Amino acid sequence: MASATSADTFPNMSSLGEAHIDGERRLPAQPTNPVMETRDLNVFYGDFHAVHDVNLAYGRHEITAMIGPSGCGKSTVLRCLNRMNDLIAGAHVEGGVLYHGQDIYEKNVDPIAVRTQIGMVFQKPNPFPKSIYDNIAYGPRVTGMKVDNMDDLVEEALRGAALWDEVKDKLKQSAYGLSGGQQQRLCIARTIATKPDVILMDEPCSALDPIATARVEDLMLELRNEYTIIVVTHNMQQAARVSDRTAFFTARPDETTGNRTGLLVEYDLTSTIFSNPNDKRTEDYISGRFG
Amino acid sequence: MSIAATTARQVTLATGKSKDRTPVSLAFLVALWFSLFFGVVVLLALIINTAIDGSGRFDIELLTNYVSVVRPEATGFRAGILGSLWLMGFTALMAVPLGIAAALYLEEFADPTTRWNRFVEVNLQNLAAVPAIVYGLLAVAIMALLGFRDTGIVLGGALALALLILPVIIITTREAVRAVPREIREGSLALGATVWQTTWRQTLPSAIPGIATGTILGLSRAIGEAAPLVVVGLAGSLLFDPEGVMSSVTALPMQIYSLTSNSREALREAASAAIIVLLAMVLGLNALAIFIRNKFQRSW
Repeated sequence: MASATSADTFPNMSSLGEAHIDGERRLPAQPTNPVMETRDLNVFYGDFHAVHDVNLAYGRHEITAMIGPSGCGKSTVLRCLNRMNDLIAGAHVEGGVLYHGQDIYEKNVDPIAVRTQIGMVFQKPNPFPKSIYDNIAYGPRVTGMKVDNMDDLVEEALRGAALWDEVKDKLKQSAYGLSGGQQQRLCIARTIATKPDVILMDEPCSALDPIATARVEDLMLELRNEYTIIVVTHNMQQAARVSDRTAFFTARPDETTGNRTGLLVEYDLTSTIFSNPNDKRTEDYISGRFG
Repeated sequence: MSIAATTARQVTLATGKSKDRTPVSLAFLVALWFSLFFGVVVLLALIINTAIDGSGRFDIELLTNYVSVVRPEATGFRAGILGSLWLMGFTALMAVPLGIAAALYLEEFADPTTRWNRFVEVNLQNLAAVPAIVYGLLAVAIMALLGFRDTGIVLGGALALALLILPVIIITTREAVRAVPREIREGSLALGATVWQTTWRQTLPSAIPGIATGTILGLSRAIGEAAPLVVVGLAGSLLFDPEGVMSSVTALPMQIYSLTSNSREALREAASAAIIVLLAMVLGLNALAIFIRNKFQRSW
């Protein structure tokens, strides 16, 4: 079965991902002038060493995918990028996370200010129990953004998330009346309403059906023109379809305690990772031979 | 591999019996029903008996007159009903903001791992189980510290009742706050909202149905309490309406308590009728709690 999976992966990738792999986009081998970087990032939850020495650079207006098996620390790394890990009791970060060269974990950095620049879309659609309009307007309101006309901003955000035509007649209705895929696009609209620089996505399609997934993926490709997107995904086809670069993580059990620590195995252009990976572990995972 | 080759399995399904209806399981079911009916029947018998005892007094004078020893057949509970309403108002005024604030601190801001917060946690659970009379003593002590000589006033009674229901409000509010999904908070924080904004604009509004339900159930417990009010020194009977926080006051349960042991038949009859009035007030509050919960739940 493993070989069948690998055989499936390649046609999918080449047929759907062709338009934006490096051949077309002509991306440099390494991101020049990256928006964000992690330098020797180590994350601990209490005594548990969750992530070991991750060095990654995220290119401007690129989609970077982080893939790997469960427990490999990819979501943990993602949540470090806008300091969402601060909210977990006992979480502790060593090393640096640079945003335009500035370490966001430095003492004088306000995590609230970080999150207004680096937005996040979650695994499960999490609209607020408010109207569609208020879901979008919430971010600009709480961050004190100067808004000339909130109606225009709401429309712009909903258009940006390809949701406007579906909801323009029911802006005052509860967001809970939307379908799962619409809710997730609403969450993306909510994020872009605050005009962030980077959008983090934590398995944004794992709770969606294939049609809704395809729409969100199309949206990601559109958003790439204006934003830098970093996405964690379980779905390798998705990484192959949408991302410019892919980072493969895996988990290594500690010899004494047996705790699994996540580490970065390989980071390269998506086309390279999915066609010609350097590391055997990457190849095994991509081709479905991973244990 | 042809289907025809496999022999059909011989099963008799139409046995005419049910294994769920063996004598043992039926006996067990009957025992469960009996347990249920015992509770309900005792309560019903009590209510019906009380209603029959007080049946002669379901008139408007029961609500509008003061207690009268001279004309026991026209005695009423105006002072107690108004007193209970005043007490409820001030109890809510004291207990609700304090309880919600304490619960929000514990749920949203406190670090649950510190020793101090664990200590508070354990004590809260214990406080909910403290006998009501102890809160009466506590209220008397606080009133004395504040310099009040007469504690049988609206402030004293409301203080005792507020202390009594504070743990209930804190616990139910915490549960309501905890029931707000973590994803809502994360969504808000990820947009650049502060913890304070997230609590005030997302968590608290979403928790209001639960908080309202818990608060009203707490108040409906307080309205029936007599023990802490006895300790605080509320009068068993008054011939005037409460007029302010500093006004002497009585409460419906206090009046019932003082009249049920009276030697006059007419006064005992009035007390029975007053019990039904008190029950109606409690049921009214509970109905309000259910109404608020359902109304808020529908709106999102």
